[in-house]
Amino acid sequence: MKNKRALFAVPYVGWLALFVLAPIMMVVLYAFTSTAGGFTLENFSRMGTYAVVFTRSFRLALIATLVCLLIGYPVAYMVSRESPRFQRVAMMLIMLPMWMNFLLRTYSWMSILENTGLLNRFFAAIGLFDLINALFGTQLEFFPMINTQGAVVLGMVYNYLPFMILPIYSVIEKMDGSLLEAARDLGADSLGVFRKVILPLSLPGVLSGVTMVFVPSVSTFAISKLLGGSNELLLGDLIEQQFVGSAYNPYLGSAIALVMMVVVVVCMAVMNRFGEGEEQAVML
Amino acid sequence: MKKTFALLLALTLAVALCLTGCGGDSDRVVNVCGWGENIDPDLISQFEQETGIRVNYQTAESNETMYALIKQGGTDYDVIVPSDYMIGQMIAEGMLAELDYSNIPNFSLIDSQYKNLSYDPENKYTVPYTWGTLGIIYNPTMVDGEITSWSALFDGQYAGQVGMIGNPRDAIGAALLYLGYSVNTTDEAQIRAAYQLIADAKANGVYQGFFMDQLYDKMEAGETAICTYYAGDFLTMHENNPDLCYVVPQEGSNWFVDAMCVLKGAEHKAEAEEWINFICRTESCLANMDYIWYASPNAEALEQYPAYYEEKNGEAMDPALYEVMAAPSGTLANCEAYENLPADTLSLYTDLWVELGIG
Repeated sequence: MKNKRALFAVPYVGWLALFVLAPIMMVVLYAFTSTAGGFTLENFSRMGTYAVVFTRSFRLALIATLVCLLIGYPVAYMVSRESPRFQRVAMMLIMLPMWMNFLLRTYSWMSILENTGLLNRFFAAIGLFDLINALFGTQLEFFPMINTQGAVVLGMVYNYLPFMILPIYSVIEKMDGSLLEAARDLGADSLGVFRKVILPLSLPGVLSGVTMVFVPSVSTFAISKLLGGSNELLLGDLIEQQFVGSAYNPYLGSAIALVMMVVVVVCMAVMNRFGEGEEQAVML
Repeated sequence: MKKTFALLLALTLAVALCLTGCGGDSDRVVNVCGWGENIDPDLISQFEQETGIRVNYQTAESNETMYALIKQGGTDYDVIVPSDYMIGQMIAEGMLAELDYSNIPNFSLIDSQYKNLSYDPENKYTVPYTWGTLGIIYNPTMVDGEITSWSALFDGQYAGQVGMIGNPRDAIGAALLYLGYSVNTTDEAQIRAAYQLIADAKANGVYQGFFMDQLYDKMEAGETAICTYYAGDFLTMHENNPDLCYVVPQEGSNWFVDAMCVLKGAEHKAEAEEWINFICRTESCLANMDYIWYASPNAEALEQYPAYYEEKNGEAMDPALYEVMAAPSGTLANCEAYENLPADTLSLYTDLWVELGIG
């Protein structure tokens, strides 16, 4: 009986082996291969040059993740307190942008944020720039928003916010109501209920939300190209250049990708231990 | 359990192999890879109707992407349409097949000016598809005076208004031209000087960013005032924003040829040559020019194009625009084609480009 059930997992294991494990093995293999075909560690010796790119990518991804958490948690919490009907509509609205292609959505932010874009034209139309110029004696014609790091972070937050809201929401929504009642019976005020019961119980959702936002943010390349104007290279851009760009060096590209994967996995492992162990420590 | 797993893995692999390996229908097919928006789609359906050969048209973003796609394998292109310097590299690496020109009689229609160029000196591998110049596109309503020099791309006067081109060959090429060097120089000091020019301009806030096809939107909308791009693409932008001007800077520029080649080991070489022959026809070249705005190397078609335009649009073509499309020989004499650079120089370009992104 047990064996029969295991059989159902076989297609998935096969899939995983073919499309997840095999590519990762190839990345590892390539990372240690020289352009001539032999074994080498040279690909990694160049990593020092890219330290700036690594820190920049991780910093921006971290900021984006924090912003997503700050927006996503309250949204998930409030939605889960509402009627089921409201919840269904709210969840649909949160998912709605994802029905459209990621690149299209990012492209439209370009026309919103540009110097002559929708936002700046709106500000000009309501006389905001005239007001500021009159007050401060400046010569402002637009707010520079596009092609900045801020625009890149905005792009990450906009695109990946649903990945933060959904896991947190599903954890809070499934929380046993009697636990909250018990906490209140025992004399906790609403802040206490939140801090001592809801927050610790929702941590698994927060952790998977953080992972699901951080990982794609750290490796993105389309967002920095469209909203950042390629002014500051991110890890994704760097790797893309090695595979389909002018550099064409898949060995170096694989090495960078491998280092990135290792750093991400280490980050996640540390964070998960943090989450699973002393919940008090996280709560402070 | 372990055995089942192994068996299943083997099965999956076998199925995957079958799916990719046996497209074994008898229909005639040709797989073409070119740039996006670089062919009149009507030509494809016309060719399919005339010959019964199905055209599978795929696109690549740049020469480098096309090269990478082919190198990584998994592509089945028969005909590719890269630019001169990339063709030089592909020939040097033995990636292209020699063509049988007896199957391409319309090759005789191609102006001899575009034959036997440095990338294919004996003209054994290529049939030219389009040609043009690299130049500066600018919006006179946003900048004072006329722009005539590459200096516009590095001048602090235009801070925040320039969209720099997003590929190293053209960007560093423009800086080399401004400094009076050859675009094909292998002198490291010259290339570094060109890079420094770009890096300083970037540090001074001259550039909004480094763009490729986003420039269409940005130039048309008046978001970017100055950029450097290709003549044919300028004409597309000009259709949507007639304010825009195009200039081949006084220091000279790059002129390029994109040519059709057949990959070594292509499965459908006969169909590929039939396709190339069809594209070389004067009528095909005229229709294509009208759609993509890039000049054709077919002498007859190039000469007839203004009349064709007038007939089709009911108004004469602006001679200035025709001159942008088909640069006169005086302009071309001042332009230099890209040549395939040695590996050291290419990796210097790459390293400098990354350095620019890190900075």
